Amino acid sequence: MSPVVSASRLHKRYRGFTAVDDVSFDIDGGRCFGFLGPNGAGKTTTLRMILGMTPMTDGRLSVFGLPMPAEGRAIRARIGVVPQADNLDPDFRVDENLEVHARYFGIPAAEARRRIPALLDFAALSERRGAKTDTLSGGMKRRLTIARALINQPELVMLDEPTTGLDPQARHVIWAKLAELKAKGTTLLLTTHYMEEAERLCDELVIMDRGRILDRGSPRELIGRHVEAEVIEIRGGDDGTFAAFAEARGCRLECQGNSLYCYSRDVAPLIEHLRQRPDVFYLHRPAGLEDVFLRLTGHELRD
Amino acid sequence: MRGDWTIPRPGRGALAVWQRNLRVWRKLLAPAAVMNFGEPTLYLLGLGFGLGAFIGTMSDLSYQTFLASGIIASSAMMTASFEATYSVFTRMGVQRTYDAMLATPLTLDDILAGEVLWCGTKALFSAAAILIVALLIGAVAGPQALFALPVAFLAGLAFAGPALIMSAVATNYDFFNYYFVLAVTPMLILSGVFYPVETLPEVMQSVVHLLPLTHAVALTRPLVAGLPLETPLLHLAVLGAYAGLGFYAAVVLIRRRLLV
Repeated sequence: MSPVVSASRLHKRYRGFTAVDDVSFDIDGGRCFGFLGPNGAGKTTTLRMILGMTPMTDGRLSVFGLPMPAEGRAIRARIGVVPQADNLDPDFRVDENLEVHARYFGIPAAEARRRIPALLDFAALSERRGAKTDTLSGGMKRRLTIARALINQPELVMLDEPTTGLDPQARHVIWAKLAELKAKGTTLLLTTHYMEEAERLCDELVIMDRGRILDRGSPRELIGRHVEAEVIEIRGGDDGTFAAFAEARGCRLECQGNSLYCYSRDVAPLIEHLRQRPDVFYLHRPAGLEDVFLRLTGHELRD
Repeated sequence: MRGDWTIPRPGRGALAVWQRNLRVWRKLLAPAAVMNFGEPTLYLLGLGFGLGAFIGTMSDLSYQTFLASGIIASSAMMTASFEATYSVFTRMGVQRTYDAMLATPLTLDDILAGEVLWCGTKALFSAAAILIVALLIGAVAGPQALFALPVAFLAGLAFAGPALIMSAVATNYDFFNYYFVLAVTPMLILSGVFYPVETLPEVMQSVVHLLPLTHAVALTRPLVAGLPLETPLLHLAVLGAYAGLGFYAAVVLIRRRLLV
């Protein structure tokens, strides 16, 4: 089966600044594909290029086997988009937002009204169908935006940081909804800087930084490739004894703020050592995407 | 100059944008009606009867008829200018409505064509309201006045073009003060709405004849007064040129602003 999105050597250059630098990827159908990266990595620009909202400087892009931007209208007709910043229409009620959006796809009003109850049900907003959008909570707005993205029964749904700014409950609801969509065979494409989100949802992801793809693979593959299996994190640092002890045993150490991270394949002797040190507060956990991410993109602050 | 200079090719999607605006307008019908009926009524009653009592006739028309026809044209200008600046700017920026639209099969060409059509429609609505008021005070000569409505629609398109250009280059709402004070208000005062253009010094007349409102008034006045039209094709061509060139320039500038 040909990929849903196929990007080859995408570039986006602005005057004196390269936002996307030689990016290539294929997204297979029915999968959840993630772009993981810090702010300014080029994730949103890549998404906008796939939609034809940002003209590419160079490269080739096809979606559903159709060339972008030549077939922009036809391509967008089959995509649902959940943007980073909510852009619900504040002049309309919840259900009207869906009706009006359906018109942009050329969906007849009667057909739109037939689809809306199920979408409101999916978004758990049936009770609020008559509410003005500015009375909705952040989580409700995001759910409505997802429902809106589904009005055209898209084969591909693109979500730009779908849970940024939401509280943990709302975030879990969104994750459950996205999993539901994927189970129905919808291809998902999402950008995020939440590792947990990427680990939970993505079958495959690329890690981006400064416009380039640093690596790609499943979350497990990436973790296996770049970091040791386990991490001990010393909160508040230590007086140097533990660091010396760990280094002597071949552990990789990294400092971040006032925490010390110790990556190792065999943590048993380290734990043993720490047991003797009631003054040190430590955390032992399996390595995750966050460790990969920090390893690949470095520790300095972005923006 | 850089940018996408392709001739705009709007499609049926423009109608969806037009419908969206119509739908919002219907929700806000009461304030819209106050605006559309209230203001011209004040002008026609206040200025028409007040000044009219001193003036009697102007250019061989009753002052009420003279003024009503002028205000039909100027309200088309005002309505379209406000819509294509403040309202468009809100949808384009603050409200991110265009972002949502651009993620659907709609193109920027569709969106802006829909906006311009809507400006024409709103101009027509406001002209219709004034025409009704003018009819009630006996300032309308006959059914020929109904042709003032399509003229108002065209005038709406003509004023939407330049106003849309202002939205394309505006950084905030205050920017529109320049446009209204330096372009819209001078047209209102100088383009023959309140007195005949012929009373202006000749140098100014030649400038005033370049302005779209002068031509909108020149078409509307004889239609409302029941007189024969003079050089209608010239007036239509000027309005058409403002509409077409303004729209084209606005599309190029807004592409440069949004599609980056």
